[in-house]
Amino acid sequence: MIIYLLLFWEFFKTGLFAVGGGLATLPFLYNIASRFDWFTAFDISNMIAIAESTPGPIGVNMATYAGFSAGGIPGAFIATCGLIIPSFLCILIISRFLERFNDSFYVKSAFYGIRPAVAGLIFAIWIGLILNCFFPDGLFVSNIWAHIDYKSILLFLGVFIALQKTNFHPAAFIALSAVLGIAFKF
Amino acid sequence: MRELWDLFFTFSRVGLFTFGGGYAMIPMLQKEVVSNKGWITEEELLDYYAISQCTPGVIAVNAATFIGHRRRGFWGGLFATAGVVFPSFVIISILAVFIHNFSDIEWVQHAFSGIRAAVCALILSAAIRLVKAGVRDAKGVCIFVLACIISFLTSLSPIYITLVAALVGILFKKLSEGKT
Repeated sequence: MIIYLLLFWEFFKTGLFAVGGGLATLPFLYNIASRFDWFTAFDISNMIAIAESTPGPIGVNMATYAGFSAGGIPGAFIATCGLIIPSFLCILIISRFLERFNDSFYVKSAFYGIRPAVAGLIFAIWIGLILNCFFPDGLFVSNIWAHIDYKSILLFLGVFIALQKTNFHPAAFIALSAVLGIAFKF
Repeated sequence: MRELWDLFFTFSRVGLFTFGGGYAMIPMLQKEVVSNKGWITEEELLDYYAISQCTPGVIAVNAATFIGHRRRGFWGGLFATAGVVFPSFVIISILAVFIHNFSDIEWVQHAFSGIRAAVCALILSAAIRLVKAGVRDAKGVCIFVLACIISFLTSLSPIYITLVAALVGILFKKLSEGKT
């Protein structure tokens, strides 16, 4: 029983203080690994690989996996709840606040500035992703032309053009690209 | 009750096809929540994403809580949150029980290399729509370009960029209010 309480508490703290998405939980997980024998620092690198190659938010995947290693299915459930509850409460409060102050001058003007900035942040993430995808060995290698992933560039262009011309669901493109990835050994 | 389950299943689909970080769910949210259901607008999506990024917790979960709460109050938030988490909870539990070296399997790696290229295209297309919705004038273009460059070149947390942008937004509006 005590292990479940501990799991909940540790992941509650992680959820409360990890601001900025799933990867922000990493320092907290390393800290947990150093204080408990639920999983090791080596397990964490495994978890990242699994969390990144399965669907779902990375932070949730990490909590589920860590909770499972520590206490089976109940452990996974409790760790996931612990991770989610602080942000859940936080968002409820902010959402209530916004409902009340939606028409305030300050809230409106703040979002006037925030919207283009967030679009910029998403573009910056995209640039990072595309460089990683097209140049898997990095930009600073000799004879860069031999290191370009041409198959990925073709698939990227194909999906992008199809997105403009058709109205298929994004999930269809993800499924198709997984099949193509296996068929053509990406 | 029906709308609560609708929230649950819609966000389950979003969770099931989000590969990567919270930004990877934006194309799915645009399709499911903005285009198909009409629950929120592109502008609101930007607002909620911005808040989700600056509050503690996982971005995708925060965005689900936010949209669910906006639709149907507390229970809406709860069902949407449970929905977005549900697929990964099931998948990770299954993997943890049965397959220990899942990410080392060769065809899994090939599949994910393919998915990564498609996700790049999905995010680009989503980002273009968000720029059209969020960048309205020359000042907006400046904020957009600066935020993008600073975020790409430095390791400054997005939280600070978002907060500074909020202050700049208030400042711009105050100044233009003073003029008229």
